[in-house]
Amino acid sequence: MRTSLKWIKDLVPGIKDMGPQEYMDAMTLSGSKGEFFTEMDKNLEKIVVGRVLSIEKHPNADKLVICRVDIGQDAPLQIVTGAPNVVEGALVPVVLDGGRVAGGHDGSTPPTDGIKIKKGKLRGVESYGMMCSIEELGSSRDMYPDAPEDGIYIFKGRDDIKPGDDAVKALGLDDAVIEYEITSNRVDCFSIIGIAREAAVTFDTEFKPPVVTPTGNAENAADYIKVQVDDPDLCPRYTARVCKNIKIGPSPEWMQRRLAAQGIRPINNIVDITNYVMEEYGQPMHAYDLSTIHGSKIVVRRAGDNETFTTLDDQERKLDSSMLVICDDEKPIGIAGIMGGENSMITEDVDAILFEAACFDGTNIRLSGKKLGMRTDAQSKFEKGLDPNNAEEAINRACQLVEMLGCGEVVGGMVDVYSKKKEPISIPFEPDRINKLLGTDLAPETMLDYFRKLELVYDKEANLLKIPTFRQDLLGTADLAEEVARFYGYVNIPETLPSGESTSGRISFEHRVEDAARETARFCGFSEAMTFSFESPKVFDKLKLDADDPLRQAIKIANPQGEDYSIMRTLPLNGLLTSLARNYNRRNKDVKLYEMAKIYLAKSLPLTDYADERVEFTLGSYGEGDFFTMKGVVEEFLEDVGMKDHITYDPKAGRNYLHPGRQANVIYDGKCIGYLGEIHPDVCDAYDIGTRVYIAVLDMPLITQMASFDRHFEGIARHPAMSRDISMVVPRDIMVGSIEDVIRQKGGNILESYALFDIYEGEQIEEGYKSVAYTITFRAKDRTLEDTEVNAAMDKILAGLSDMGIELRK
Amino acid sequence: MNEKLQKIRDDAIEQIKAAKGMDSLNDIRVKILGKKGEITSIMKGMKDIPKEERPAFGQMVNTARQEIEAALEETKQKIAAAAREAQLKREIIDVTLPAKKPALGHRHPNSIALEEVERIFVGMGYEVVDGPEIEKDYYNFEALNIPANHPAKDEQDTFYITKDLLLRTQTSGTQVHVMENQSLPIRMIAPGRVFRADELDATHSPNFHQIEGLVIDKNITFADLKGTLAEFARQLFGPDTKVKFRPHHFPFTEPSAEVDVTCFKCHGKGCRVCKGEGWIEILGCGMVHPHVLEMSGIDPNEYQGFAFGVGLERIAMLKYEIDDMHNMYENDIRFLKQF
Repeated sequence: MRTSLKWIKDLVPGIKDMGPQEYMDAMTLSGSKGEFFTEMDKNLEKIVVGRVLSIEKHPNADKLVICRVDIGQDAPLQIVTGAPNVVEGALVPVVLDGGRVAGGHDGSTPPTDGIKIKKGKLRGVESYGMMCSIEELGSSRDMYPDAPEDGIYIFKGRDDIKPGDDAVKALGLDDAVIEYEITSNRVDCFSIIGIAREAAVTFDTEFKPPVVTPTGNAENAADYIKVQVDDPDLCPRYTARVCKNIKIGPSPEWMQRRLAAQGIRPINNIVDITNYVMEEYGQPMHAYDLSTIHGSKIVVRRAGDNETFTTLDDQERKLDSSMLVICDDEKPIGIAGIMGGENSMITEDVDAILFEAACFDGTNIRLSGKKLGMRTDAQSKFEKGLDPNNAEEAINRACQLVEMLGCGEVVGGMVDVYSKKKEPISIPFEPDRINKLLGTDLAPETMLDYFRKLELVYDKEANLLKIPTFRQDLLGTADLAEEVARFYGYVNIPETLPSGESTSGRISFEHRVEDAARETARFCGFSEAMTFSFESPKVFDKLKLDADDPLRQAIKIANPQGEDYSIMRTLPLNGLLTSLARNYNRRNKDVKLYEMAKIYLAKSLPLTDYADERVEFTLGSYGEGDFFTMKGVVEEFLEDVGMKDHITYDPKAGRNYLHPGRQANVIYDGKCIGYLGEIHPDVCDAYDIGTRVYIAVLDMPLITQMASFDRHFEGIARHPAMSRDISMVVPRDIMVGSIEDVIRQKGGNILESYALFDIYEGEQIEEGYKSVAYTITFRAKDRTLEDTEVNAAMDKILAGLSDMGIELRK
Repeated sequence: MNEKLQKIRDDAIEQIKAAKGMDSLNDIRVKILGKKGEITSIMKGMKDIPKEERPAFGQMVNTARQEIEAALEETKQKIAAAAREAQLKREIIDVTLPAKKPALGHRHPNSIALEEVERIFVGMGYEVVDGPEIEKDYYNFEALNIPANHPAKDEQDTFYITKDLLLRTQTSGTQVHVMENQSLPIRMIAPGRVFRADELDATHSPNFHQIEGLVIDKNITFADLKGTLAEFARQLFGPDTKVKFRPHHFPFTEPSAEVDVTCFKCHGKGCRVCKGEGWIEILGCGMVHPHVLEMSGIDPNEYQGFAFGVGLERIAMLKYEIDDMHNMYENDIRFLKQF
């Protein structure tokens, strides 16, 4: 929404001397947020009205002339110009020596600080100023249709101005345009009157809206037109009035200036009146050529499916039965609330017109506009849901303007189809509740004073506030509290902290475990990544998932932003691999990333209930480190969250996206809580990563179930440990994990720890075997161990290993 | 004998004082005090001394021995001190050589900002809760006073899964879950991912994060909302931060406000960060709409409260002066390392 500040000031005379910044700041704080303002007289300095007294040929240039211009001073000013349209006697804007204009005469983007004008010689002849084109004054022919295409702006028919007057004021450029962000609930503020009413309350001064009287001759509009509304649900009200003996011509200067400031191009008096009323009242209007309405009848009905219609922008539109059309008795003449038709538009030789001011269902207009791919000014107003009671005032205002402008004869009476009149609602006045909601201690009289200015009528007997229908946002006490707060000033409401029963602040256990994961990752050199939750279904092929892999059963977005963002991820690798690839491509060395984010699994497809959203802790790295580095991070984390039991690794993880010989499921307490491995070289190729990538994925919901931050001190050993080193020859396919299983199972309760210190294949070891060496440490809590005890334990371990075909190295 | 002893003593002390290192000192000790040393051999000459003079002579030998030992000890300490000094000199390092840092990783700026926000609100007694990202239309819209065909539904460019399930466009839906399931009073924040059909550009992302806040009790006021958010802003952006509440409209709060804070970069003078305004808009808030309370089974005649919603990326990008949203989701290590 935008308004001319001058127009507002005309309705709120108490602020006539206020600058745009002060106005905008105050309006913002009372709820009409000003986004910015544009001063129309920016960079216009020392510009006066001048009258061209004489024009002489320039002695040295064919295209230049020398003018003597009366600027209201003793002596006329000599100005040299090349403008082709100057004539003796013309009133023109003249910028004086040392003044400033906004732009060049070619209408190109004006410089920020405008252009300074100085006296000088043009081909040897002194020129003491410059006559201005409309472009030099920072405007355009769109806004000043009477300006010439090429040349100086010439004031026409302006008996009200004389040489020496302020030309900026004479041109109506002494204005500022305020751009607002009006929230969707304040339909009334999409109008000059609505904003002006807010301004009057904001500045606590008088509001002077136009006084509208139903004008018209003794005839009755009903004798000219019949209106039938077939779908009152989509058209709660339709009003029509008739004007005849129309004389099309330009609208007066004041109306053109107001429209131009609103950003609307003046066209002719009738079109300008409809636009003027739309701006002033927020009620879109339409003017039909009455002679084109067949059968003198208006029918408001749903369009037929596949019905077509040519709108006045000469586009053929395909309609359907969800859309509302305005018809005569045989054909559509307009799409309701969106755009009129070519077949009924007014032309230069129109004789009688029909004004329409209607109220349509906002949602329907919005949906129809969307379907048609159209967005007109009228539509954007209608779709907010207008007050039907406003239509009558608006159409009467339009007729009043026709009379005022002398461009036609208004026929008396209004045809009004208004099936269910919208009545004002009443809200009980509850000052205590308002104070309780706001945390204030305002007197009821203070509140009532705000309400009165907002045109709410208080019935003291019933203690009810009658809400004008244009304020459809006011439905209850909370809404009234906002009105009080706005005009009392949000800034004046105190700042307190909540009282009442205290609550304990906390983060959830899940959250704590996730934080622990983040800490471990960070200490291990991994940086936190964030990637999107949606991705392309092509990811599954990139990751080599089997055609029937259940992970392909992804939740699909019905209206995605392209295929790349069309499914919810079912595994978390793509985001991290894409980020690693980006880093690799940018030649960043040794990159370690992790992400803590959800995957989305459907219990069934199509999705009928909440998805299984699982937070996955995903780590990925290239460069420094290998499989065992990643394994170390996993174990550090699990230990940190109290999962100290034995972790096993199942190499038969069967994950296609991982190297078949370098992958494992992470098993804890019999459950697979995640996996790790090297990314399959094919997958690396698919992501354009030319190096080995290691990943680990841990399922946080499972881990959270098993994690614990409990700790118990187990004492510090006082008795010495005894160690034995063993070196074994082991069949190559036996994993050290199974050797460790034996050591753990057979070592007894004196077994303290074991550590691999050598593993070797090659010379001196028979083909198919490897040499593996462990240090095994024993300790008792309560005594110093005897050799015999340790020997007995070692014998059991060796026997167990021997059963697996493992021999001590000789 | 006496002269001989005196000479041994004097020579020994002279040699000791001249000794250059521990080794030569040790040689001197052996030569003088050792089993075959000069003192030992002079003791062996004791038998040639008249019996009555022996104690006095013995006394003299002992004194000489003690003097020699003292000299030895003194010199030993001197040599050790000199050696330590030489060692320390030798071991001077260039302390400006590069550090050997353990390669720590870095948090995502979103995550750092979120942790700060959580710390502030947990300190004020708020619980941090989580909500589903694939949400029911009811919780994302209807229960928040945004019925079917409400224009606000269009404004939010929602990604739909089915007619009734969608990617949540705001964390506000978590309010409703909490109001339905939790006992009163409520003080909670709900951070999380949200989604809107915006193209990824310098200031927008289709996948981003919000933090929702909700407080419900019998006497929670708009003044409490102001005080709480002012405290939040001061803790997050610095103690001099000023807060400005502007009237606004959200379907699920009434009265509603948008909140600006004084620019923490220029402190309100106007700069590049605040686009010359001196103020930066950081969040939307308001008193929970009575109809929203009612729909969630809370009696609006007994309870009232406030809610607010903050864009996490907005906070993080402002606070850490990140000028392009792309950085937040590209995960370039050179970006992450700066946090």
